[in-house]
Amino acid sequence: MDRLLQLLSENSEFTNSQLAAMLGITEEEVVNQIEKYRSDGIILGNRALINWDKVPNSGITAIIELKVTPKPDTGFDEIAQKVMMFDEVESVYLMAADAYDLLVMVKGESMHDVAMFVSKRLSTLESVISTATHFLLQRYKDGGVAFDKEDVDRRSLIL
Amino acid sequence: MIDYSQILNKNITEVKPSGIRKFFDIAAEMKNVISLSVGEPDFSTPWHVREEGIKSLQDGKTWYSPNRGFTELRTEICKYFKRKFNVNYDQASEVLVTVGGSEAIDLCIRTIISSGDEVLIPQPSFVCYEPMTIMANGKPVIIETKIENSFRLTAEELESHITDKTKLLILPFPNNPTGAVMRKEHLEEIAEIVKKHNIIVLSDEIYSELTYGGEQHISIASIDGMRERTIVVNGFSKSYAMTGWRLGYALGPKPLIDAMTKLHQFAIMSAPTTAQYAAIEALKNGDSDIDKMREQYDIRRRFIVDNFRSMGLDCFEPEGAFYIFPCIKSTGLTSDEFCTQLIKTHQVAVVPGSAFGDCGEGFIRVSYSYSLKHITEALRRIKLFVDELKK
Repeated sequence: MDRLLQLLSENSEFTNSQLAAMLGITEEEVVNQIEKYRSDGIILGNRALINWDKVPNSGITAIIELKVTPKPDTGFDEIAQKVMMFDEVESVYLMAADAYDLLVMVKGESMHDVAMFVSKRLSTLESVISTATHFLLQRYKDGGVAFDKEDVDRRSLIL
Repeated sequence: MIDYSQILNKNITEVKPSGIRKFFDIAAEMKNVISLSVGEPDFSTPWHVREEGIKSLQDGKTWYSPNRGFTELRTEICKYFKRKFNVNYDQASEVLVTVGGSEAIDLCIRTIISSGDEVLIPQPSFVCYEPMTIMANGKPVIIETKIENSFRLTAEELESHITDKTKLLILPFPNNPTGAVMRKEHLEEIAEIVKKHNIIVLSDEIYSELTYGGEQHISIASIDGMRERTIVVNGFSKSYAMTGWRLGYALGPKPLIDAMTKLHQFAIMSAPTTAQYAAIEALKNGDSDIDKMREQYDIRRRFIVDNFRSMGLDCFEPEGAFYIFPCIKSTGLTSDEFCTQLIKTHQVAVVPGSAFGDCGEGFIRVSYSYSLKHITEALRRIKLFVDELKK
C-alpha cells in the first residue's frame, strides 16, 4: 500500500516536511503527490475522528440490511443512489451476502426516530423487498482505531 | 556477620553493573517521563502467533520440550534460515533452541572459552558480551569501531587485536546501539582474517530482520568457509516482537552445538514450551508481519534521523536495528551529563553511549521503537533542550 496514504490515513496532521522526512522524499514531491490524490478523488478531505459515544445526546446509529431487486440495466446502483440521498444515511455498502444486498448505516436522534425512517422512507422505496434493523450499542474500534484504549507503555526498563 | 564479599566469585565482583540501569532508575522516580530508551519492539506479538501459544495451553501442552527444542520448531528454523540467509543446517544436530538469544550467547562463550582465552568484542555493542566473557574466565579484548568507518568492524582493526590467545570473535551486526550493518564485502574481509588465524565467530544476528534501504542482512555463515567456524545466534524477540516469550536459538557445527546442548540441558533443561508452539506459527506464517513492522520502523528511522540533524547534532545514518546513535560532542557535555540533564530538565529518557563501551562516549542511544506520536513529542522536548544548551 502507498506509504504516504497510509501515513495520512493514520494522522492527517503530519506536516509536509515531516512526511518528506519519513518517506525519504522531498517536500515538493509530498505536496505534488497529495495534490494529485486530491484531484484524482483519492483524498476526499480531512476530518476529526470523534468518539461519539462520549458526546451526550449524540444520537443513535443503526445498521440496516436491505434486500432489494436489482434493475436490469443499472443493477444495484440506482437503488443505492436513492438510499444515499437521505441525510440520515451515513454509509451505503453493496455486500456479497446471502440474506441481503445493501448494508446501510443510519444515524438518528432516537430509536423511534430511526424506526420511523426505516419504515416510512427505506421500506417504501421501490425495489426494496425487506429490511432488518440492528442497533449499534457501543463502538470498540472504528476506522482502525481502538476506542478507550489506555495509551500506556507497559514495557519494563531492563538492562 | 558473614562477609559476603569473601563469598562471591571474584569474577562477578569484577563485572560492572549495566550503565543503562542507572538512567532507568532516575526515570522510574520522575513524573511525566517520556522514554526513547527501551530495546524492544513496541508492537505486540502478532495475534495469530499469540493464538497458537494460547491454543497449546488450552490443549494442555504444558510439559518440558526436548532439550534441543521441538523437532518441528528446529525444522522450521532451518527452513527459515535457508529461505532468508541461504545457509543449510541440520535440524537434528546443528540447532539448539534457547531461552532468548542471550542464553545462546552465554552458552557459546562458556563452552568455547577456557581460562585466559581472549574474546574479541567490537564496541559500542550490546552490554552482555564482556560480563559473560569475564564469568567464563576469558579475557575481553575490546575493538573500538569508528564512526568514520560507519561503525563497521574493519579487517585492519580486527587483525591488529589478534594474539596467539585469541579464540573467539563476537560479531554483533546489525548493531545495537549504532545501527551499523556489515555488507557482504565487509564480511568477506573479516572472514579472510578469521580463517587465517583460525578463530571462531559468534555472530549475534538478533536484528537480522531489521535492515533498511533494500539490502537484506547477510549472515557471515554464508561466506565461503565460514559455516564451519561460526555460531549464529538469532531469535524471535526483535523480528516477531516476542521479547517476553524468551526464545532464541543457536546454529552451528555439530560438535559445538552438542557441547552447548550439554551445558543447556544441565543449566536450563529446555526452552519454554508455550513459546516454542507460538514460534512455530511465527516461522510458518509470520514473514508478512516482519515486513509490516520493518516498514513502520523505517518511517520512524528516517523521521528521527532528520529531526536530530535539524537540531544540529551529527547523526550517523543507521542501516539496521531500531536505534540511532547521534553524536552530542558539539554540546560540550559528556554522554552521561547530556542524558542526566535531559531527563531532569525535559523528562526524556535516552541512554548514554558510554553504556555500550568507553568508545560510546560522546554519543547517545535513542530508540525509535515507539509510535510516531510518542516520538514527535519526545523530539519536541529534545529540541528545546538542545536549543537551550546552545544559548
